Amino acid sequence: MDPNATLIVQSITFLVFVALMWRLAWPPILGAMQARQAKIAEGLSAAERGEKALKDASSKSEGELKAARAQAQEIIGAANKQSAQLLEKAKADAEAEKARILEAGRAEAEREIAQAKEALRKQVGDLAVAGASKILKREIDAKAHADVLSELAAQV
Amino acid sequence: MAATEGQEDSGSYVLHHLTNLRLNLHTMKFDPGYKGFWALDIDSVFFAILLGLIFLFFFIRVARRANTGVPTGMENFIEMCVEFVQNQVKEISPHANSLVAPLGLTIFVWVLLMNFMDIVPIDWLPYVGEKVFGLPNLRIVPSTDINVTFGMSLSVFVLIYIFNFAYKGPIGLAKEFLTHPFFIKSGPMVVLNVVLMPVNVILRLVEDIAKPVSLALRLFGNLFAGELIFVLIAVFASNAFNHGIGGFVGFGIGGGLIQLAWAVFHMLVIPLQAFVFMVLTIVYLAGASTSHSEEH
Repeated sequence: MDPNATLIVQSITFLVFVALMWRLAWPPILGAMQARQAKIAEGLSAAERGEKALKDASSKSEGELKAARAQAQEIIGAANKQSAQLLEKAKADAEAEKARILEAGRAEAEREIAQAKEALRKQVGDLAVAGASKILKREIDAKAHADVLSELAAQV
Repeated sequence: MAATEGQEDSGSYVLHHLTNLRLNLHTMKFDPGYKGFWALDIDSVFFAILLGLIFLFFFIRVARRANTGVPTGMENFIEMCVEFVQNQVKEISPHANSLVAPLGLTIFVWVLLMNFMDIVPIDWLPYVGEKVFGLPNLRIVPSTDINVTFGMSLSVFVLIYIFNFAYKGPIGLAKEFLTHPFFIKSGPMVVLNVVLMPVNVILRLVEDIAKPVSLALRLFGNLFAGELIFVLIAVFASNAFNHGIGGFVGFGIGGGLIQLAWAVFHMLVIPLQAFVFMVLTIVYLAGASTSHSEEH
């Protein structure tokens, strides 16, 4: 326990070690640690930003999807409406056509009926003339009694 | 504990373990009994420098490879030490000089390693030293050498004064010496300051001198006592060779178990003393770099 030169040697060694630690070891280690800390913090904040962006994008896409769905619904509605209109129009056209064809058929039938009546009237006139001439046993001059005959025919 | 020590007188055995391998610098011969100043405790210096170089080697190697990637193994451990000390310094004084943290780390790691030499069984290295190198004595725990602990604490003392001068200047330091802690700012009692100033100076001197003395003696005392108890348990266990087979089993195994128990307890003292030395150094240096007038 006697003080001796060990004291001096130890003091100098101590100061040298401290100086080496201070100058050579400490700055790079601490620098690297701080840089790593900054890097990790940056990474974490980037992850947070990414998460937020993802959330934003998903909510946005949901909105777009909803809009698209609504639009599709609208288009389908319009198409339905249009097809109904077309159908309606086609029905009306067909209805008109039917009426027209019916009308034409009826006119035709009436005309034929009239023709038949005319023919019948003529035949009746002829028959009446033939009948009368048979009854009178003489030939009736058709030309001389044409006015009588046509009067008769008109009465049939 | 060793067979060669078994027959020796236990008193000389204890003394032998507490004697340094001392080199007389006048005659350049080993002279363990030399009491003068110009002598060197070769064993303490050798182990202290060896341990210091080991930790500096690892720290500088890691520092050269320092990068921001994922730290591995040794890098991780060293960064843990650095962060630990850095946090201590930040807690004690947030605006400390850049020297304080590396200084604290050096103290902590070095003292820790020197203290850990205490765990090496006490007879191993002295036995090797005696048989292989012919050394008469060998003390392998540098921190049980009061020269080593005072060497560090006096360096810290010098640094405290360098900090004092650097941060406060000679005038600020003189003012602090004269007016702290007792000072009457105004009023009719101002004359009393003449009496208070010498009191302040004496108090300050005691306070400052107590710092290195308490640092050195605390470390030395704890480690020396621990070492002494290891030696005494070894003396107890050495009875194993004198009392037949029963004594061999009883003293041998009993002594071994007591050594183990004391080593386990000492594992608490070792880092604690290293930590205390470091924290007190940081506190002293932080105090030296902030003037008292700023605090009030």
